[in-house]
Amino acid sequence: MTLYVDRREALEKAFIDRDDQVPRGRPRSVTRDALRRFRHNKAAMTALFVFGFIVIAAIVGPYLVPYDYETPDWEAFTAPPSIESGHYFGTDQNGRDLLARTLYGTRISLLVALIATTVSVIVGVLYGAVSGFAGGRVDAAMMRFVDVMYALPYILFVILLMVMFGRNVFLLFAAIGLLEWLTMARIVRGQTLSLKEREFVEAARAAGVSSFPIILRHIVPNLVGPVVIYASLTIPEIVITESFLSYLGFGVQEPLTSLGTLISEGADALGAADWLLFFPGGVLVTMLLSLAFIGDGLRDAFDPKDR
Amino acid sequence: MASVNMNQPLLALAGYTIRFTTPDGAVQAVNGLDLTVAPGETVAVVGESGSGKSQTFNGVFGLLAGNAETSGEALFEGRDLLKLSPKELDTVRGADMAMVFQDPMTALNPAMKIRHQLSETLKVHKGLKRREAEAQALAMLKKVGIPEAERRIGQYPHELSGGMRQRVVIAMALLCRPKLIVADEPTTALDVTIQAQILDLFRDLTTDAGTALVLITHDLGVVAGIADKVVVMYAGRIVEEAGVDALFARPAMPYTAALIRSIPRVDRDVEAVEPIGGRPPDLIHPPQGCPFHPRCRFAEDKCRAERPPLAEVEPGRRAACWFPFIDDGAGTRRGETMETAGV
Repeated sequence: MTLYVDRREALEKAFIDRDDQVPRGRPRSVTRDALRRFRHNKAAMTALFVFGFIVIAAIVGPYLVPYDYETPDWEAFTAPPSIESGHYFGTDQNGRDLLARTLYGTRISLLVALIATTVSVIVGVLYGAVSGFAGGRVDAAMMRFVDVMYALPYILFVILLMVMFGRNVFLLFAAIGLLEWLTMARIVRGQTLSLKEREFVEAARAAGVSSFPIILRHIVPNLVGPVVIYASLTIPEIVITESFLSYLGFGVQEPLTSLGTLISEGADALGAADWLLFFPGGVLVTMLLSLAFIGDGLRDAFDPKDR
Repeated sequence: MASVNMNQPLLALAGYTIRFTTPDGAVQAVNGLDLTVAPGETVAVVGESGSGKSQTFNGVFGLLAGNAETSGEALFEGRDLLKLSPKELDTVRGADMAMVFQDPMTALNPAMKIRHQLSETLKVHKGLKRREAEAQALAMLKKVGIPEAERRIGQYPHELSGGMRQRVVIAMALLCRPKLIVADEPTTALDVTIQAQILDLFRDLTTDAGTALVLITHDLGVVAGIADKVVVMYAGRIVEEAGVDALFARPAMPYTAALIRSIPRVDRDVEAVEPIGGRPPDLIHPPQGCPFHPRCRFAEDKCRAERPPLAEVEPGRRAACWFPFIDDGAGTRRGETMETAGV
């Protein structure tokens, strides 16, 4: 039989032990909490591994593959995939190794997406936060500008930019990033409107911190959640845009390649050399799917309900 | 420490008025307020919700909503705060006067470590380097009684308890050694045992540093132990101003008397607590005459027709009432018994 006193002592000891443990360890920031939740999301973690694999393959792959992406193999034109020849994905009509081209194309697509997303995040967050924080007429004017930009046809801009930047793909996509920030700016503005009414912003103002430092130190760090989620959705959007533009012939120029260019070429050869469409298409679909799962997982992880 | 000149008030509000423009008409939130805070003095501003007590000091700190309009003067060490540009105001607020907010749960930035929140004001106002600012922040955390301050300073606000967070907020206000601290209901969000600790902390720290403290509260119980002077506000006006002991011993204005009776006390029956009947007045269409008359059981024709001025009723205390001291403290007319008053 256990006496009440014994049980209480045992409980108290357990309680003290717990009390000792809980607050120790590293400080738990909002981001760290979110990452902890993300790690428990199986679908998102699998997607992250798949995406990570694609990224690593795109970076180091081209150095490991015996063929390069532009030199024709005179022995094998339009050769189907085979293990013996070393053309695991086959070759195209010009005898270039499809595996090397796919890896290289993935690299270009990712790079372009990274550039455009970075540009759109920086511009969108700053524009949205300033607009929301300033409020009143400044806010109204800044948001009407965004509305006007939304209304202008996207492809017209791309063609204009093509004329301006010509052959430089990276500048082109930096410019596309400058078009992609509109939605980000709207999301950030909305969040800022509610954040600026919070007492800590008022406290910072009462402490004599001026507007721009308040935006940078108090507003922007509290936007991590929505910004990360939206950025993870922007990456696939840019990859698709890039594929679309390359398909139309506006994007990456030969002999350089991208996933979109490869798919475009593969589509032409459909029926005669199906592998030319299936392999790059498969990589693109896998990449977009895994990004979608990662975005989904991030949204769950940053869900304000749980905070 | 610089010698305190008791003749020049630290903060002097004169004819201080705040209006909010709304679609329904102008809300007369604060009406021609005259109030002084001497250096080192502790002033409690008491009133119901909507009496304008918080807005008065939000206005002093330049934190009013966009539809607000202020007039009159708010002199801080002789400078009119209402005429300063936002940039000039930034050099005063945080440095010479600081504010402690009601809810420590929301007054700290959830995405910033305590370390950075505390050192921010020091960096802004004193131009200190990071290392030095953090050293001072740590010293202040220890001073406000946070155990294991070295570890706490590296944590995020949500890892601290409510009382601990309020201590951090207080530390933040004290860091630049301000001459005036305005605390807006600093204990309302805390539980009762912590309330007492926080009030003690306020008293000790402001006495040590010679800081003037304005304590905004609706809880007269909080006031009794800490304030030198009590200002009672009603409908955006001061209705009574007195030393704390005099006020509790003998309230001049029936509203103050009613407020005192509405404090629950452990040594009395629950039935002895008397809520104040009626509702606070509509500030868009304030009542004619004395703003309290619709709820005052002693109101006479004069109260309904003319607004009483804030006048000296005894040496050193002011009240806005035509019949000061009419309420004997038990809710009956002075000189009458419960029976004769027919209550």
